[in-house]
Amino acid sequence: MSWEPVIGIEVHVELMTNSKMFCGCAVAFGAEPNTRTCPTCLGLPGALPVPNKVAIESIMSIGLALNCQVSPRSVFHRKNYFYADLPKNYQISQFDVPVCHDGYLDVEVDGETRRVGIERAHMEEDTGKSMHLGAGGRIHAAEGTLLDFNRSGVPLVEIVSRPDIRGAVESRAYAQQLRSVVAELGVSDARLEEGSIRFDANVSIRPEGEELLGTKVEIKNMNSFRSLERAVDFEIGRQIDLVESGGLVVQETRHWDEEAGVTHSMRTKEGSSDYRYFTEPDLVPMVMDEEWVDEVRGRLPELPADRRRRYEQQGLDRQGAGVLSGMDAELRAIYEEAVRSGAPAKAAATWLTGEVIGWARKHKVESSALLLDGAGLAELIEMVDEGLVSSSAAKEVLDGVLSGGGAPGVVAKDHDLLQMKDRDALEAAVDQVVAAHPGAVEGFRQGEEKVVGFLVGQVMKATQGKADPRAVNQILRAKLSE
Amino acid sequence: MIDSSISEAGRRLRSGEVTALSLLKTALDTAGRTEAQLHAFLTLDTEGARQAAAQADADFADGIDLGPLHGIPVALKDNMCTRGVETTAASQILAGYLPPYDATVVTRLRSGGAVVVGKTNLDEFAMGSSTENSAYGTTYNPWDLTRVPGGSSGGSAASVAAGSSLAAFGSDTGGSIRQPASLCGVVGMKPTYGTVSRYGLIAFASSLDQIGPFTRTVEDSALALQAIWGHDPHDATSYAGDYPDPTNGLGRGVEGLRIGLVSELSGEGFEPAVETATGAMVASLESAGAEVSEVSLPTFDIALSAYYLIAPAEASSNLARFDGIRYGLRVDGSTTEELMSRTRAEGFGPEVTRRILLGTYSLSAGYYDAFYGQAQRVRAAIQEDFARAYQQVDVLVSPTSPTVAFEAGARTADPLAMYLSDICTIPSNLSGHPAISVPIGLDDAGLPIGFQVMAPALGEEVMYQAAAEVEHLAGFSISPTAIEGAL
Repeated sequence: MSWEPVIGIEVHVELMTNSKMFCGCAVAFGAEPNTRTCPTCLGLPGALPVPNKVAIESIMSIGLALNCQVSPRSVFHRKNYFYADLPKNYQISQFDVPVCHDGYLDVEVDGETRRVGIERAHMEEDTGKSMHLGAGGRIHAAEGTLLDFNRSGVPLVEIVSRPDIRGAVESRAYAQQLRSVVAELGVSDARLEEGSIRFDANVSIRPEGEELLGTKVEIKNMNSFRSLERAVDFEIGRQIDLVESGGLVVQETRHWDEEAGVTHSMRTKEGSSDYRYFTEPDLVPMVMDEEWVDEVRGRLPELPADRRRRYEQQGLDRQGAGVLSGMDAELRAIYEEAVRSGAPAKAAATWLTGEVIGWARKHKVESSALLLDGAGLAELIEMVDEGLVSSSAAKEVLDGVLSGGGAPGVVAKDHDLLQMKDRDALEAAVDQVVAAHPGAVEGFRQGEEKVVGFLVGQVMKATQGKADPRAVNQILRAKLSE
Repeated sequence: MIDSSISEAGRRLRSGEVTALSLLKTALDTAGRTEAQLHAFLTLDTEGARQAAAQADADFADGIDLGPLHGIPVALKDNMCTRGVETTAASQILAGYLPPYDATVVTRLRSGGAVVVGKTNLDEFAMGSSTENSAYGTTYNPWDLTRVPGGSSGGSAASVAAGSSLAAFGSDTGGSIRQPASLCGVVGMKPTYGTVSRYGLIAFASSLDQIGPFTRTVEDSALALQAIWGHDPHDATSYAGDYPDPTNGLGRGVEGLRIGLVSELSGEGFEPAVETATGAMVASLESAGAEVSEVSLPTFDIALSAYYLIAPAEASSNLARFDGIRYGLRVDGSTTEELMSRTRAEGFGPEVTRRILLGTYSLSAGYYDAFYGQAQRVRAAIQEDFARAYQQVDVLVSPTSPTVAFEAGARTADPLAMYLSDICTIPSNLSGHPAISVPIGLDDAGLPIGFQVMAPALGEEVMYQAAAEVEHLAGFSISPTAIEGAL
């Protein structure tokens, strides 16, 4: 039997607001433990939450970027469970009226566009962090636990996809695409390694053609896109093997073990599954009127998908547009300026995604530190087009520009890379070569076409590569035919 | 004891007839003589109070006037956080807890020059109607030391009645200010929900809790309210619009005022003396020119049931934070779960445990809709009932408590009988409306009877207008007799 994997992904995004979700404490990664706390985020008796408007605007912008509806009125709920790093032993979250709902994200997989539905994006607060001492950081047999509440109350957006994802590669593509949207919006660091974006996947399988969903398993602890892909891939295989050998998938949470490359059933139950949600009585409903939504919409930056479409309209092919639209803002800015300065889009994109990125990688230079601007790139492209430099010399010019040698024209002159355009000088060089190789000239007259290439090569050599090969070819043929 | 009103003491402070230090000394002396019998206070902050009184005297000498409570000795229910002063909510689980911050109400009182004498006793986490649920012992009624002062703010009510403070502040979730005020013969008021900040009030039921004053007179009540209310950016449920002037209606009389007597708050369970006194007051109000009618609010009959689903539900969540991890009592265990459950089992008293269990149950999957959800629908129906009534009348009146102060221990074995103590007061919490209890007389045994005036949201002006007339008509200004010797 052939099986279809069905996957839904939950993404937690930590917002990069100045202050926490419900208090004025600074949001700061890596601060001394428990120095970014106050009565509210420590859950002290009597302390109350006050919502952060910027965080609400951030989730609105995430929702709008994911083509969601923004609820005109949204409510906070309490999610009740006991855990040592959850100071109130309830998390302020959302339940039946999230800020955003019913959107989608278009994801490119193997050159095809797949539309993944977004069920909801809701606002909540993060928990503190537990650090288990000894026992390799695991809770079992730990000698003690330290609690850091700096992260407690940091605004968190949970984005829940519909079970529209059909494989491990697609899971990874969705996660990457979502990360790029969030990064583009500037609402989060979106750094996987710092945990500011985290993924859980719900994986099930069903026979191909079946409508009903199979029993889902939630997998956690994927710390990179690669581990997400591996974990989903493993889990699909595990479920298929299990079912095909007569077993049944049980609904559970499984932990991805990166080293072993397998998922394990999580034996520690994290609190109860009955969260006893009820409306947070310390907060009033949020009202997101049309005016506010429009204001947030008006401030949205261009998103990768829109940008890719625009690049295609500028003349890039689908793949080139995709590659360029996913690149750093600094590199894209060079492209945009080059095109504004008159460079053909395709040439500008090819140079950037090829030579320029290659140079940056080789020299380990951040794209923000590149000594190339769009006008410079346009100048370089124009020099090639006009035959002022050969394409190989152009690479040397680029190297000179990126190394701090100045504008392309200056570098080409300084390094003597300009092509010989002077007709008389070229003719003289051709004459010399013709005189020096009578055998080759005789060969041409006998009909040996290939000697032309040889003679052009000799001219190029004699001119240290500065001659325009097209011009040389033309002059040479004229002379040989005399 | 301090036998004067805030306004009178304030006049004397400003004329130099008394000093804040001498007022404080009288209050502390009174406490010294009565506390052994009353046990109104959990903590007396003698040193802090002395400094505040000395500062007030210095201010008066410098011509600085911070308002009506400047130099006045006040007491705070021990569920309001006071920086560096032990705050326990009368629970073992918070024994020795020193808050790192002042509640907004405390900040306002201090910046208004009030002299905070100490922290008063309450039913643990404000859950109860007799102050017998305190982990630190019962408070007794100054009118009869065998009886309860009511609750949960029983310590604050007893302190004002006994004269160890001129005003005290309590919290009212289902009647916890008005009912003890009624049983102790003082004025107790619950403001419109959202007008007094809850920041720093240890939450019982967040959607119902509201801080308010105990005073000896209606005018003092309005002055004390003005000192604490107003928008607070630390409380997201704080009202940010215009506030009425509660002193505006004082002395205006009730000529033409439409007063509705709630028909549901009488009959079975109401003591004859209470009904007689209530009837007599309604007749007096009519004689004074009010248009009195009887108004039916049928949902009042189910308000108590709704309250005992909503309040425990919120409490079960609000009290989850007391887990032994960060502050307060910790009873160790071999796992975190064991540490938490042992701490909570030992730290909470029986009534608190009962309500946490009730609330947890009513929020549980499968029960939510039948219990919590249904209670919220009843709450909405009560609000509609009130709205209909206020189309016909300006204020509603009723007894504050169906009975006078009952014997200590009489209802401790029967939680339902105890819950019925709040039958008259709970509807105003569910609607978020202001209400006040004014003493109108004594029964044959010499125990005080309270009269409740309710008004629509932000109707404090008309509420005080009616309450002042009730006070005037009752002519009640008798001090408690039971501890007379000590006084």
